[in-house]
Amino acid sequence: MDRIRDLASKKAAVIFTKSSCCMCHSIKALFYELGASPAIHELDQDSCGREMERALRSLGCNPTVPAVFIGGQFVGSAKDVISLHVDGSLKQLLINARAIWF
Amino acid sequence: MKLTQLEQELQRARQQGIFISSSGDQSQSMSGNGALAFDVEYARWLEEHNRRINELRGAVNSHAGDGELRIIVDGILAHYDDIFRIKGDAAKADVFHILSGMWKTPAERCFLWLGGFRSSELLKLLINQLEPLTEQQLMAINNLQQSSQQAEDALSQGMEALQQSLAETLAGSLGPSGSSGNVANYMGQMAMAMGKLGTLEGFIRQADNLRQQTLQQMHRILTTRQSARALLAINDYFSRLRALSSLWLARPRE
Repeated sequence: MDRIRDLASKKAAVIFTKSSCCMCHSIKALFYELGASPAIHELDQDSCGREMERALRSLGCNPTVPAVFIGGQFVGSAKDVISLHVDGSLKQLLINARAIWF
Repeated sequence: MKLTQLEQELQRARQQGIFISSSGDQSQSMSGNGALAFDVEYARWLEEHNRRINELRGAVNSHAGDGELRIIVDGILAHYDDIFRIKGDAAKADVFHILSGMWKTPAERCFLWLGGFRSSELLKLLINQLEPLTEQQLMAINNLQQSSQQAEDALSQGMEALQQSLAETLAGSLGPSGSSGNVANYMGQMAMAMGKLGTLEGFIRQADNLRQQTLQQMHRILTTRQSARALLAINDYFSRLRALSSLWLARPRE
């Protein structure tokens, strides 16, 4: 959990993924389209990957990837991100965290 | 539910032109049964949806008050939630059936995206139907259209990545046949491919989630009366597509 929190605080937008996860690809694509440059951390490429995955699960993230953090705060999984984008909240969160400017 | 009962319902639905399955009767396999059961549930849902739409149309034409309209509109939106839930269950049982769109008419199937309609296209249609809109509403609807399009594009890219990944996995199992090492390799690659196929259901789920969220956000932006007109316009559009399918299938051929 510490590692998750630590990585999540290092950039305005942070996404935890797995290299084989295609839904992660979708969420990354959405962030790039919005002009955000999220930090991407692939759990299967990290030595602490298993523990990190457990930590994400304990945050209620299901499936565990993609797991999105904005401004250090846990936002959710793909479903949460898409819902927030539809009602306009995602952009506002990114602006508040200075991940994007408009 | 007995198979004959299901088939009778399906026949009745076909006769009413609710949908046309050009693949005839599906009686092959277990998943064929699941597909059939979903087709029947969908036909029932559509019948109920049409009933509610007619009720709404009647209320709008007879200049009913906002209170009455709101009840009917809320009912229709809640009813949409039903089909998304039913589709979700059906996708768990038979994701390929949902993806195939065989439960829709041919013309609808032509415009199918990840097992259903494109919210962004629907909103484009509606913008003209909904005037007059306030400045604020126009901006909100345009933003919604853009957001849903962005989400659709993102999901499409993920699907493409999945297809590519699947193709690479299957191609990786090609090679000279015969040796036992290659059989093990083949099995391994198949297992990997199976894992990837398992993620398809997630894409359908997110696509339906997008549709559901878009409808609800649209409802938040519009007045009750505008929502009523929007739902009628959406229904008119899909009814025409279904009618087009019937006309097309019945067209005279040399």
